[in-house]
Amino acid sequence: MNGDDVRATALEVLAQIAPEAAGLDLVGDAPLRDQVDLDSMDALNLLIGIGERLGVDLSQEEALHTATLDDLVETFVAGAARAGR
Amino acid sequence: MTSTFSMPSLGADMAAGVLVEWHRKPGDPVHRGDIIASVETDKGVIDVEVFADGTVGDLLVEPGQEVPVGTPLATIVDGSGTEVAATPRQPPARTEAPAPIPSPPPAPAAPAPSAPVSPLARRRLEEAHLGAAAVHGSGPHGRVVRRDIDAAVPPAPALAATPAPRATPRARELAVRHGIDLATVAATGPGGRILAADVTAVAGARPAAATDAGSRMRRAIAAAMSRSNRDIPHYYVGRTIDLATATEWLTTANAERPLAQRLLPAAVLVKATAMALRRHPDLNASWRDDALVRSDHVHLGVAVSLRGGGLLVPALHDADTLPLDDVMAGLRDLVVRARAAAMRSSDLADATATLSSLGDDGADAVWGVIFPPQVAVIGFGGAVVRPWVVGDAVVPRPTITATLAADHRATDGHAGSLFLTDLDRLLQEPEAL
Repeated sequence: MNGDDVRATALEVLAQIAPEAAGLDLVGDAPLRDQVDLDSMDALNLLIGIGERLGVDLSQEEALHTATLDDLVETFVAGAARAGR
Repeated sequence: MTSTFSMPSLGADMAAGVLVEWHRKPGDPVHRGDIIASVETDKGVIDVEVFADGTVGDLLVEPGQEVPVGTPLATIVDGSGTEVAATPRQPPARTEAPAPIPSPPPAPAAPAPSAPVSPLARRRLEEAHLGAAAVHGSGPHGRVVRRDIDAAVPPAPALAATPAPRATPRARELAVRHGIDLATVAATGPGGRILAADVTAVAGARPAAATDAGSRMRRAIAAAMSRSNRDIPHYYVGRTIDLATATEWLTTANAERPLAQRLLPAAVLVKATAMALRRHPDLNASWRDDALVRSDHVHLGVAVSLRGGGLLVPALHDADTLPLDDVMAGLRDLVVRARAAAMRSSDLADATATLSSLGDDGADAVWGVIFPPQVAVIGFGGAVVRPWVVGDAVVPRPTITATLAADHRATDGHAGSLFLTDLDRLLQEPEAL
């Protein structure tokens, strides 16, 4: 699984949670929550949604490394590699 | 025996609702909790649940009709022959702004029917200038129901009165939402049926309508909050609470959990608040007829802000006794459904107090406005690391500021202060939540 696949999945799930995000030009290395209005429940649902689609579960430590879109992609790519996907 | 199923009150600020769609038809069996109809309110389209087991008798209101709270919408016939209690979880003994309950549609001076005729069917008979004797009744006990008349009456052009336009349920729902008369919509569906897209096309041509749902909710909030500020003498107390123990406990509890079962601090705050309300029943109550009425249950209303503005306050039922995992699951479910506009009547009918949390990155504190007839709203600001005195040392600690806005007619500041002290104590023992 490569970064582009994960990024596309992440954006799809994000658009379900925050439809207005679909029209935004998101900056990859800036905190997502500075660019899209997400509360902690949205942020958790984002990780759960991506995790379910990719078949990847993140540990609590890994989940902390998801503040920016780039971090999130990196973390899920690593998680997928660990899961052998 | 027969009971009636009425337009529910989904909060003191609701005076009327529009029936959007029936999900059951006469003769269908229903069980407590089944969704029987959808109703458009200031809070969006709400799925309405039935509170009794039985069989749907007559539908008394047509899709598109707006009726006051308390108006009978349908009759429910109990299969066992005993009276059915079609009452909500908690009787809506709201004394404030009771909507006048109109009598059922007047019986028209139609020829005496030879078989019992349902009210909807009677109206259709009138429109078609038919006597009930001309129609074969296929309902229970040979009762003439609407479908019998639809079968007996010639197609639309022959009717004296204009029948309701044919439209898909989704199209009806959209028409109600945008305030569009279906008779003005050009149909493109099979058999002259109006499709959702037909309604959208009309709605699109009227830009003002797009924001209608949002402005209706805004007006409903404005009315409820103006009334609260005018009628309720609020008092406010606040307390900043050390969250270090709760935060550490959460980290440990979450270590072994998969993502989907992870607990958020919000779940801890909700459970602790509900337990504190249980210990302080004068705050878990309503103010009616110049008297405090305590609630038997703690149904904690959780303020959920909606994208694009507005908020809904669905209740987490019996939040004080739910295990923490169920509190978390319930909270997730309520937030997702509130934002997806998929609320049910039981979500909005019976909160006993309200919690408003600004979230991790929120402002330091929030002092709420009480949602009448409740008497208390508990607020949590953002979680902030602050300098904190532990023993003789000043150390950085995660903290949160809890506030209580309460009705001074019902309680005094001392009671509110004791409540926040207890809430603090509960948050220092997270393992007991």
